[in-house]
Amino acid sequence: MPLFYLKSTIEKTEGMRPYTPLELAGRNIYVREGCYTCHSQMVRPLRDELERYGPYSLAAESMYDRPFQWGSKRTGPDLARVGGKYSDEWQRDHLIDPRSVSPTSIMPGYPFLMDKTISARGIEDHLKVNVVYGVPYTEEQIAKASADLFAQAQPDSDAAYEFEERYPGVLVRDFDGDPTKVTEMDAIIAYLQMLGTLVDFDLYDEKANLR
Amino acid sequence: MADHKKEIDNVTGVETTGHEWDGLKELNNPLPKWWLYIFYATIAWSVVYWILMPSWPLINSYTTGLLGYSQRSVATQEYDEALEARAQTGQELMNASLEEIQNTPQLLEFAMANGGAAFADNCAPCHGTGATGFVGYPNLQDDNWIWGGTLDDIAMTISYGVRSEHDETRVGEMLAFGRDELLDKEQVKTVSNYVASLAGLDTNPSYDMAAGKELYAENCASCHADNGTGLQELGAPNLTSPSWVYDRSVEGIVAQVNNPRHGVMPAWIDRLGETTVKSLAVYVHSLGGGQ
Repeated sequence: MPLFYLKSTIEKTEGMRPYTPLELAGRNIYVREGCYTCHSQMVRPLRDELERYGPYSLAAESMYDRPFQWGSKRTGPDLARVGGKYSDEWQRDHLIDPRSVSPTSIMPGYPFLMDKTISARGIEDHLKVNVVYGVPYTEEQIAKASADLFAQAQPDSDAAYEFEERYPGVLVRDFDGDPTKVTEMDAIIAYLQMLGTLVDFDLYDEKANLR
Repeated sequence: MADHKKEIDNVTGVETTGHEWDGLKELNNPLPKWWLYIFYATIAWSVVYWILMPSWPLINSYTTGLLGYSQRSVATQEYDEALEARAQTGQELMNASLEEIQNTPQLLEFAMANGGAAFADNCAPCHGTGATGFVGYPNLQDDNWIWGGTLDDIAMTISYGVRSEHDETRVGEMLAFGRDELLDKEQVKTVSNYVASLAGLDTNPSYDMAAGKELYAENCASCHADNGTGLQELGAPNLTSPSWVYDRSVEGIVAQVNNPRHGVMPAWIDRLGETTVKSLAVYVHSLGGGQ
């Protein structure tokens, strides 16, 4: 009997929002490069995981994921709460050459992400398809998806100002350290730095949401 | 069928069921009793389980069972118990000064174990498993501290980070003298040459050392101090130290004066909590360079 039809499965949380176009693009890169084959995004309700990664993952935290990235294999660490754990610079260095900061890592490098500029092709449709599945994007967010895609990584632009109105509280900065262009590296770091940071656990009522 | 007589098969000596197909009769070999009773027992157990444990999905929710078991509450409880077990020593640690910690073997052992484990998971990715750092990520083994090397300074840096998202973060920004055209190209090279002399690097005699010194005094000395020893309150690194975060060469100095790199350290207080941060501070302090 599938759990998803039960209303009680999705916890009541504060802070969950739809992904920004740049995060969505980063998420697509995450799927494309098969990150999920080595990294899970699921902190299980076990004491040692709570100590290492933080609060256990909630169903609500993947309600805008199509498909979810829970994964079933941890060759690398769990990434469900990786957002904010490292600096953008570290994420970039590590993605370009994991051995440069973690000598025993067996993760492959992804230096080409720095060279590939992000493409707005299909991003608007991507948001529309998510709406079909129940993700609450506004008309405006859909219409401005292409502009927003670039604005999030261009903090000094006028578009960034508008972007912040549409997505309050979202990280807006040059994620990959290359202000001249918005690359796939910007997108994936924007996505990674958001992971696990949306739900406000100060306001989360754990007792009321025990499942 | 119901009124068939018991019939024994001649060959096997086993009773038949009375079913017959084209002259073939079915033998009635019952399941072993022990197997059957275990099977009935599992059915009975499943009913008990339904009553006690979460089981049946309903319209909006599910039956939670009389025991109210939830894996989440079990994990949270175990986690809380672990925190509590640590709390007493943790509290002593929180109240103790560095000297007291170093003189109390039990506290020191606790801080080193707790700090060491937290370091391996949270700090090692940037500062290295041996805490010797990488280019762009400071070495914690030496006695050169950008933001101060006392226990309180270290705890402060770990808690709130450097240029992090936290409101109380440490912030220090060097001006982009080259990029923002505060100095022209020649001036950048001249002052970099002077900084190289402060650092004890080979200098280029084609640049005027006196002019470099003057540029340094005007632009750099307010943060890096007249003799280049830096200012920890502003996070201005000591230029005379052999241990640099970025490239220690004339080219590296020119690059930094032109368009400085600013590393970011995340704030850890919300993620790790006070006890672990203090343990980490003790651990990092013990690594070699603590002041």
